[in-house]
This record gives sequence, structure tokens and C-alpha cells, in this order.
Amino acid sequence: MTTQQLTGAEMVVKALAELDVEYIFGYPGGSVLDIYDAIFNQDDVEHVLVRHEQAATHMADGYARATGHVGVVLATSGPGATNCVTGIATAYMDSIPMVVLAGQVASSLIGDDAFQETDIVGCSRPIVKHSFSCRSLKDIPNVIAKAFYIANTGRPGPVVVELPKDILIPDHTAAFEMNKDVNLRAYNPNVKGHQKQIRKAVSTITQAKRLVIYSGGGIISANASELLTSLVERLKAPITNTLMGLGGISGLHDNFIGMLGMHGSLEANKAMANADVILALGARFDDRVTNKVEKFCPNATIVHVDIDPTSISKTINAHIPIVGLVDIVMQQLIEEIDAQEYVVDETINQNWWQQINEWRQVKSISYQQDQGKIKPQRVIESLYEVTHGDAYISSDVGQHQMFAAQYYPFKKPRQWINSGGLGTMGFGLPAAMGVKMAFPDAESVCVTGDGSIQMNIQELSTCLQYNLPVKIISLNNRSLGMVRQWQDMIYGGRHSSSYMESLPDFIKLAESYGHIGIQINHLDELDEKLAQAFAIKDRLVFVDILVDEKEHVYPMQIKHGAVDEMWLSKGVKA
Amino acid sequence: MRRILAILLENEPGSLSRIVGLFSQRAFNIETLSVAPTEDASLSRITIVTKGDDRVLEQIVKQVNKLIDVIKITDLTERNHVERELLLVKVLAMTDKARTEVTRITEIFRGSIVDIGKQVYTIELTGDVEKINAFIGILANETEIIESVRSGTVGIARGEKALRI
Ligand SMILES: Cc1ncc(C[n+]2csc(CCOP(=O)(O)OP(=O)(O)O)c2C)c(N)n1
Ligand SMILES: [Mg+2]
Repeated sequence: MTTQQLTGAEMVVKALAELDVEYIFGYPGGSVLDIYDAIFNQDDVEHVLVRHEQAATHMADGYARATGHVGVVLATSGPGATNCVTGIATAYMDSIPMVVLAGQVASSLIGDDAFQETDIVGCSRPIVKHSFSCRSLKDIPNVIAKAFYIANTGRPGPVVVELPKDILIPDHTAAFEMNKDVNLRAYNPNVKGHQKQIRKAVSTITQAKRLVIYSGGGIISANASELLTSLVERLKAPITNTLMGLGGISGLHDNFIGMLGMHGSLEANKAMANADVILALGARFDDRVTNKVEKFCPNATIVHVDIDPTSISKTINAHIPIVGLVDIVMQQLIEEIDAQEYVVDETINQNWWQQINEWRQVKSISYQQDQGKIKPQRVIESLYEVTHGDAYISSDVGQHQMFAAQYYPFKKPRQWINSGGLGTMGFGLPAAMGVKMAFPDAESVCVTGDGSIQMNIQELSTCLQYNLPVKIISLNNRSLGMVRQWQDMIYGGRHSSSYMESLPDFIKLAESYGHIGIQINHLDELDEKLAQAFAIKDRLVFVDILVDEKEHVYPMQIKHGAVDEMWLSKGVKA
Repeated sequence: MRRILAILLENEPGSLSRIVGLFSQRAFNIETLSVAPTEDASLSRITIVTKGDDRVLEQIVKQVNKLIDVIKITDLTERNHVERELLLVKVLAMTDKARTEVTRITEIFRGSIVDIGKQVYTIELTGDVEKINAFIGILANETEIIESVRSGTVGIARGEKALRI
């Protein structure tokens, strides 16, 4: 253990280096200038200067989602810290490991409404996994170690660390002492499933006639994709993913029946509604999945595996709850299945698959492309082709997000990066940048809309500074499409403030930021121009694609209905 | 249904606000709340009286447990327990009759008069909620209540069962 005398600011940077942090995403200001000075004096940790603190949080978030490592943010007190709030909430809702280091005014001024003082610990309290207000210089390394440990164990989530200016200044030094083996008596995240529950679950699953596996973001964060695939193959069961869980099993796998929920496939929602046993793995029965809770799968026995006990029986009652890390529990389930020498009953299994294949025949995820305007779905299909399905896709929020989820099969976990829980417009571009920082050689694409892209457009400047050649695929429908869709369906077509007037010339805009802009206006140039854009490897390309503004996302669950009550297209019910 | 929850948590700045915030954020009800450090100064003990059906209570217990500072939570109402609340009440005692009545009622309830002013008596009483409510009701019939303060319920399990690390 080192016992070097360091200032608080130096301790912050050294602690991050000790924790193998590659990048800090941040923005300077008065209360954190000492930290910036300490960053300047070393090479272990690189700082990435964004153009808005919200973008720093989303960049750290995208980095965390792609790598599984903790994303680190640094912001000054007051407005710097409050600008982080949306990004913290976004990470919280999707259980993303993140540590936000926020400056604070000197301890002696706290409570005086000092210049740039806000109670960021208080502001963020409902949207963090935990927070620390560090009040002593010598505590800094261990507080940061604890923050990282909490952020990335159990159900991951954001942790805020508030650092008052007086513990960072050069006047005071202390010995750097850091214990990386964190142990908190009130927090024990390494949970194994209860063996009795495992046995109960396996006997229920193996007796099922119509089993469905329903998996969510927990599979991604637990790196449990391979285990999931092997469980699915052992049971020969159909599997559906939540929006957060896409890529948990390959979207090309025969047993994958698509995403479920509001804009899920008919076969996924039908399978859920008709299942006799549902095995939920790292998913939380979100209202965008269940539709009307009272009508949700009344005849199914639900086995629910989750690390977070609060997710179990919160909205939907679980008959067999199993609290534990989903990878460990799946391992236990597989061992128990093998121990029982279980073999799938082929007749029962084939009957179930025959039924599912009938629902598949409906081809609920489909659209009509005529010679007119480009359909947004078609763009996503072309994007899949041109990237060979291997790109990281970071999405913004709206119709384009749903089209991306529906029409780009994700082959691998962590390939699909989107704000599922909070639905934060403005997430896409900074997230794609974070991915690009993590994997400079990989293709990082931001699928966005004309509304969302303008919520963090200033980051085009950061992309230039750090040479981040992401590809921006904007499905430009000249409107807040998702809002407009709801207005068409529920509000008699009254388009109240959902039309984007005075859109900028995105091509010139991209160019003025030093990037390349390509516009696509006609179907017959779509594939060629996309190929052109992706042939450019070392520059950011903003591809502005004018798509049919009238297109709606289908299928769509009917409000207040059961999970499988869906509109297949305008006025057509399943 | 009324429940008494006993919570043992780290005695850290902000840990109480996390509990209180959680209750308001998730629209859980708090009827009374009492908090103080324990004999181990690194720990605080909170007693919360709340209302809710089994489902709500299950969520409350899980959500509280999920807080990083919380070491243990238990629902005292699930088994035999002792619950007490402290009342301090100041009443008008201007006439001889009023003074005698107040003293008599206080004795019956095994309270004690802890302070006497020119025109007022201050009484201390401990007991469960029913006893305190009954006492206040009777006092209010006999004289005027000037001010009162209740500590909120605290509770502990009967027998060997203990809430500790
Ligand atoms: C920060 C934020 N504000 C508002 C919303 C509500 N909202 C959801 S989708 C949407 C429209 C998005 O428009 P655009 O980015 O153009 O995507 P499109 O639906 O047209 O594909 C809005 C306003 C949101 N999700 N996030
Ligand atoms: Mg749009």
C-alpha cells in the first residue's frame, strides 16, 4: 500500500487510476479546478471534454453499456451538477454502473446559498443507487472505491460522490490510503438462488406444456448471454426479449420470437398470453411490457429470477420468486435440469412451436414500401445490410428507436444501446460517442430522429475534438413522430406541437462542425449512399434521411388491453 | 393494516433522508417516525408506523432493505412485541377542581405531572397508542389542552428475538 502525501484533487485522480479508469467525461468549473489541475499533471486517466454535462453522463453511460465497466463523470458544483440529473436518472432506470463526481462549495459555505451551491446529493437522491458526501481529505480514496463497488455490483446503478472544494485544494495533503477490497456490512450483493426454489422452478419448468422464457437487461449486465442461450437450447423453449434485453440471445437464433411489449412482435406477446409457465430472467414486468396488469397472463405460473427483490412481485405476482444474480441462478437451473436428466417431450414441444409458428406467419413486423417516400423501416434494414449486423447501435427515443429495435436483429449483447426505462431524447449521440471511445475500431452508429438529435447536437463539436467518427443515421420525418403517432391514434389527429418547423440544414450543420453530411431523399439512392457513408472510416458522417412522415410504428398493444391485444396496422386488430 | 417497522441502519449523514425520501417518493404512508442512535454509535434505530396491505408492506420492506445503509428491517407487528409512545401534554389547571381532576386522571393512567406553572400542569405519559389516545380524550373532556407532543411509537420484540448485527 502506498502512503504518498497527496492533495485531495490528486487523490481523486490517483484513486480513479488505481481503479483502472480509462476516461473521465466531464466539464470544468470553479469547484473542481483543482481536480482538473491534477488531471493535467498525469497520463493515466484521460479526460474527455464534452459540450454539456448531460452529454458527459450519457457518454459515460454509453461507455458503460458497451464495456460493462463503470462510466465516470466529473462536473462542477451547481449548474454542472444539476445538468447531470437527466443522465443520472437515465442510468438509474436502466441499471447502468456510473460514478458521478460532483464538485461542491467549500464545507464552510455549505448551506449558505453560496455561489454555485446546490444540494446535488439531495437533488439526485431518488435517482441514485447510493451517494456520498465526502467531508474529509483522507476519506477520498476509500469513498471512491466504495462508489465503484456499489455502482457495479448487485443490480448496477449510478452513484454520486460530492466533493467540497476545501478538501481538494493544494493547501492540505494526506497519505493516500486505499482499500480496493470493499466490504460493506449492510450490503451483500453476491446472492445465489435458494436451492429449494431452484428445485421448485425446475420441476415447474420441466412440466410446462407452453413454456416461454422472457429475459431483460439483467442478462446483459450480468454477461449471461451464453448461459441464457444454453438454457434456451436445453429447454427448446421460445425466448422473447425486452427492449433492454435485446442481444441477450442472438436476434437470429431460431428460438428467438422477437421483442415483447408495446411494440413487440405478435408472436412474442401471443406466446406470453398463452404460456402456462413464464420464466422471467433479469426482467421486471415493466408497464411497457405487461399492458393492463390485471389482464396480464392470468393462467401462467411465473418463475421470476432477479437480483433485486423489489422487482419481484412489484407489478406482477411471482409464483416462484428466486432472488439471485441471474448468471449464478441460471447455472444452478442448468445443473438441476441436468441432475434430473430431463429430456424435452418432443410432441408437447412441437405442438407449442406449431402454434407459435402460426402466429409468426402473420408477420406482424412488416411494412409496405412502394415507390414513394422512403419508409423508416427500410432504412434500418439497409443499415443492417451495410453494417453486416455487427455495428453498435445507440438509439435516441421515438419511432426511430422502435424501428431500430424491430428491424435490426442484434447478434450480441451490448450491441444495442438505448434509454429504455427513462426514454431520454438526446441520449443517442453521446452514447454512440462513449461506445466509440471504448471501441475505436468498431462501427458505432447513432440512430436518431430530427427531434432527438437536436437535444445534444452540440456534441458534434466534441466528436471533432476527439476524432470520434461515429455514423449518425437520422430518420428525418420533420416531426416528433412518436408524439404525432399518439395524436393520430388517440387525439383525433390534432398535431399539437409535434411538427418540427424550421429544422436546420443538417448537412451544413454537420459541415460547420467539421464533419461530413449526406442527405438521402429517394429510395433508389438509399443503399448506395449508405454504403458511401460507411466507406468513410475516419470521419463522422451525418446521414440525414428524409423518410415518410406518415408512417406509424406497428404492431402496437391496444391501450388497457391484455399483453397480446394489438393493432397490426391502422384499424386492423390481431 | 397498521404495521410497526423497526430499522437498523448506518448512522451516517443522509441515511435518515434516504428513508424518508423513499417513503414519499413511492407514496408509502408514514404515521409516526422516531429515530435515535443506538448503544453502538455507528448505528441508528428507526421505528416507523405505517399502513398498507400485504403487497404494499412487502414492497416497503424490500425497498427499505435495498438502501445501502440499511442493515436490517423487521415488521414487529408480525409477532409478539412491546410498543410504547411518550406523550408530554400541557393542560389548563386554573381551578382546584381542575387540578384535582387532572391529578386523579394522571394517576389512574400511571402518568406523572412533571411541571407545574401558575395555570398549567405538564404531564408525562407512556403507553401504547390506545392508552395515549384514551388519556388525551379524557383530559380534553375535563380541561383544555394547551399543547401536546408525542414521540411516535417505538417498539421491540418480546423474548429472545433481537434486531442487531
Ligand atoms: C427529453 C424528452 N422529452 C420529451 C420526450 C417525449 N417524446 C418521446 S418520443 C418524442 C418524439 C421524438 O421525435 P424524434 O426524435 O424526431 O423521433 P421520431 O419519433 O420522429 O422518430 C418525444 C417528444 C422524451 N422521450 N424525452
Ligand atoms: Mg422525428
